[in-house]
Amino acid sequence: MSFPWANHYEPKHPLMQWMDEKLPLPRFVYNAIGAGYPVPRNLNYFWNFGVLAGFCLVLQIVTGVILAMHYAPNALIAFDSTEHIMRDVNWGWLMRYAHANGASAFFVVVYLHIFRGFFFGSYKAPREMIWLLGVVIFLLMMATAFMGYVLPWGQMSFWGAKVITGLFGAIPLVGEPLQQWLLGGFAPDNAALNRFFSLHFLLPFVIAAVVILHIWALHIPGSSNPTGVEVKTESDTVPFHPYYTAKDGFGLGVFLILYCAMLFFLPNALGHPDNYIPANPMATPAHIVPEWYFWPFYAILRAFTFDFLFIPAKLMGVLAMFSSILVWFFLPWLDTSPVRSGHYRPLFRKFFFFGLIPTVLVLGYCGGAPAVEPYVMISQIATAYYFLHFLVILPLVSSIERPEPLPYSITESVLGSDDNADLKPAS
Amino acid sequence: MADNTGTADIQEHAGTAGEDGVRRRDFINIAAVGAAGIGGIATLVPLISQMAPSADVLAESSTEIDISAIKPGQAIKGVFRKQPVFIRNLTTEEIAKANAVDVSSLRDPQSLEERTKPGKENWLITMGVCTHLGCVPLGAGEGEVKGEFGGYYCPCHGSVYDTAARIRKGPAPKNLEVPVYEFSSDTVVKIG
Amino acid sequence: MIRLFGILAGLFFSAAALWAFGNGAVNYITDPTAPTAEHEFHLLPKELNLASDGPFGKFDKQQLQRGFQVYKEVCSACHSLRHVAFRDLAALGYNEAEVKAIAAGFQVPGIDPATGETTTRPGLPIDYFPKPFANDIAARAANNNAVPPDLSLITKARHEGPAYVYSLLTGFQDQPAELVAKFPDAKTPNGLHYNPYFANLNLAMAPPLTSEGQVAYGEGNPKPTVDRMAQDVSAFLVWTAEPSLDKRKQTGWPVLGFLLFATVLAYLSKKEIWRDKKGH
Repeated sequence: MSFPWANHYEPKHPLMQWMDEKLPLPRFVYNAIGAGYPVPRNLNYFWNFGVLAGFCLVLQIVTGVILAMHYAPNALIAFDSTEHIMRDVNWGWLMRYAHANGASAFFVVVYLHIFRGFFFGSYKAPREMIWLLGVVIFLLMMATAFMGYVLPWGQMSFWGAKVITGLFGAIPLVGEPLQQWLLGGFAPDNAALNRFFSLHFLLPFVIAAVVILHIWALHIPGSSNPTGVEVKTESDTVPFHPYYTAKDGFGLGVFLILYCAMLFFLPNALGHPDNYIPANPMATPAHIVPEWYFWPFYAILRAFTFDFLFIPAKLMGVLAMFSSILVWFFLPWLDTSPVRSGHYRPLFRKFFFFGLIPTVLVLGYCGGAPAVEPYVMISQIATAYYFLHFLVILPLVSSIERPEPLPYSITESVLGSDDNADLKPAS
Repeated sequence: MADNTGTADIQEHAGTAGEDGVRRRDFINIAAVGAAGIGGIATLVPLISQMAPSADVLAESSTEIDISAIKPGQAIKGVFRKQPVFIRNLTTEEIAKANAVDVSSLRDPQSLEERTKPGKENWLITMGVCTHLGCVPLGAGEGEVKGEFGGYYCPCHGSVYDTAARIRKGPAPKNLEVPVYEFSSDTVVKIG
Repeated sequence: MIRLFGILAGLFFSAAALWAFGNGAVNYITDPTAPTAEHEFHLLPKELNLASDGPFGKFDKQQLQRGFQVYKEVCSACHSLRHVAFRDLAALGYNEAEVKAIAAGFQVPGIDPATGETTTRPGLPIDYFPKPFANDIAARAANNNAVPPDLSLITKARHEGPAYVYSLLTGFQDQPAELVAKFPDAKTPNGLHYNPYFANLNLAMAPPLTSEGQVAYGEGNPKPTVDRMAQDVSAFLVWTAEPSLDKRKQTGWPVLGFLLFATVLAYLSKKEIWRDKKGH
C-alpha cells in the first residue's frame, strides 16, 4: 500500500537506474522498510518488537547453521558432539549459548509483540490477515523450538520429546499409531532425533517465508498505531527511514545489551540442569518441565486432571492446550468493538490488565512448578479465566462497553491539535 | 508547524539549525552507523573462526611411530593429521640411484640429503599425499607398483616419484612433502 | 455465528477446568497428600563461595590444581570424567611436560599393535580421562547397584551445582532420630548412607572425604581439611563443566561496554532525527 504522499524511489546513479530497470530490488526495499513507507508518527516502543523479532530470526538462523556444522544428529554421539562444540570448537560455546539464549530472547520479543497486538487491537480489520499469519508464525516457532530442544539429547530433550509426542497419543483411535509415526519408533531414538534435526533446520526458513507474507500483508493497510485511529493525512505519518530505522536501531541496542548480559553472564539461567545429563530412556527426571516459554501452555495441559462429561482428562488437556492458541485465530471476530486501542476502552483495559496479564503470568509460574497442589488448583482457575477471557468476556465487553472519545487524528493525539480537524467535525 | 514528511525534511531543518547544527547532526548519525558497522564486523570474528580446526583436531597434530620393524626396502604408512605418511627404509641401491640424479635437472630440485636427517639418510619420511591433487600414491605397501623410477606412482593422474620421492614425471608440481619430524630415539620417530 | 460458538466453547473449556478444580479441591481436603521424609528432611545446598563466582569471577588455578588432585586420588576410583582430555589440564597452569606426565600416570584403553587385542597403555595428552568401569553393568555391580555419575558436567547438571557437590561431600551424617521416629519406613537401608543434601536422603556413595590430610597437598597450599578438599574439588568440577568460563566473562565485558557505547550513540542519533517530530 502506499499513501499518495509516500516518497518515491528515484535512483540518481546510472548504475542504480540500470539496476532499477532490470531488478528493482532497491526500490522494493525502499518501499518496504525505507523512506518510501509512511508510518504513523506516534508509534511507541512497543512497536519495536516486530523488527526485533526479525532480528532474532536472523540471529537464530545464523547461529543455527553454524552449530549444524559441528553437531552430529545421532543418538549415540549427539550429546558428546554438543559438548565438543562447547569445549573444542573455536567460539563454539558462544555459538551454542547464543542460540539457546537466542531462542528465549526470540520468545520474549514475540510475546511482547503479541501482547502489543492484544492491547492495541492490531488484529482488527483491516489487519486480520497480518494477525492470522502472525499466529501461524508463532505455531511454527513453537514447533521449531521444541524440536531444537531435543537435539542436545540430554534428559530433558529425551523426556520432552516423549511427553510432547505423547500428546498426540491422546487423540482417540489414531493416537497411538500417530505417535509411533511421529517418532519413527516406540520411544524417541535415532529416527526421531534425525527427523527433528532435519525439520528444525527446515522450519526457520518456512518461518522466514511466512514473515515475508506477514510484512507484505502489513504493507496493504499500513502499520497500526497506539490510538487505533487510521492515518488520515500526510501529517499523521513519517517515512520509515530515517525515523523508525533510528528508533529501531536504539531499540536493538537496548535489546542486545540485555541479551548479551544473559549470554555472557547467566547463560544457563533459563535452561534446565537435567539437560546436562545424557538422555537415559530408563530413568525419568524427578520434575519434567519444558522451556519457560511453553510454561503457560504446559499449565493449561496439566490443569485437566479429571474426566469431563465423556471426555478423558488426558484428551481434555491436549484439546485445551491446542485450543488456547487456536482461539487467537478467531480473535478478530470475537472482539467486535469498533475501537481498536485499549487506551480508549475502559472495560477492555480492566480485563486486560487485571485479568489476562495476571492469568498468563500465573499460568506461566504454575507451568514451571511441580505438578502438586496448590499449583494445579491455581492453574485450573487461571485456565478457566483464560478461556472465558477470549471466548466470552471479549465478545460481551465489545457489545456493552462505551469507549472513550477518540482523537480526531494521529496528529491531534501527538500535537494536541490538528489543523485539518477544523475542516471536518470530529467523528 | 512544519510537518512535511520525507527525507528532504532533514535538510530543511538542518538548514534552520545552522552550519554547526548540520555538522553535529551528521556526526552523530555517522558515528551511530559506524558503531553498528564496527559491531557487525567484530561479530564476524567468531562466525568465521569457528570453521578453523577445533582444539581436539589441533591436539592430534603430532604422532609417534615405531619404525623398528621396517627392514631395508620396506615402507609403512603411518597417520599424521588424518593423512597417510610414508616411512621408507631405503636400500643402498635406492640411495645410490637417488644420488646419481643431477639435481639441477629436476622439476623441484632437492637432493636426497636435503630430504632426510643427517646420519639417517636411509629413512625417507614423506607425506603420502600427491602434490598434484592429493591422492595417495602407490609404492609404500608391499607389492604395490612403484613406477618407473622405483619410488612412488600416483594412479590418479600418473605422477611418478623417484626413490627420494621427488617428482620426475606427470602433472605434480612438487616433490612429496617432507613433514616436520625428529627421531625421539633410534626406533621411534615423532612427526609434527 | 463465530461469537456464539466461541462463547459455547469458552464455557465448555472453563467448565471443564472448574470441574477439575472442584474435584481436585475435594480430594485435597478429604485426602491430603501424606508428608514424606524427603519433603521434610531434605536440605538445600550450603553456601559456597568460589573464585569463579559472579560476573568478575575467575578461576583460582591453584585451587583447581588441588581440586584435580582430590579428583585424581579420591573420586576417579569410581567416577569418570569423560569430556575432559589430559591436554585440557594445561588450562590449570600445568606445562606441557607436566601434562604429559599426568597423562602417562593414567592407563587408557588401547589396542595391541601386534595382535589387535584390547589392552591398556599409558595415556597421552590427547586421550580423555579413562572410565573406571567398562560399562554401566560393571559399575552397578561394584557400587551397590548404583552407577556413579560422570563428573565432567556435574556442576551444571544439578541445581546450584558447585554448592550441591560441596554440600553432598560434607553432608554425610547419622540419620536423625526424629526422622526414624516419624517415618519408620524411611530408615536408611543397609549399604546406603544418609545425607540430607541428596534428593532422596540416602545414597550409595560412602563418605569419600573422611579425614584431614587424606590428600597430601604440596608445600605452600592450605591445610587439606575435609571442608577444604570438598571446596577444592567443587571448584575443579566447575572448571570441568565449563572450561570456557574465564574466556566467556572476559569476552562479555568488552562486548557489553561496546554495546552500551553504541546504544548511547543510537539514542542520540534517534533524538536528533526525531527532534522536530515529537509535538511539544
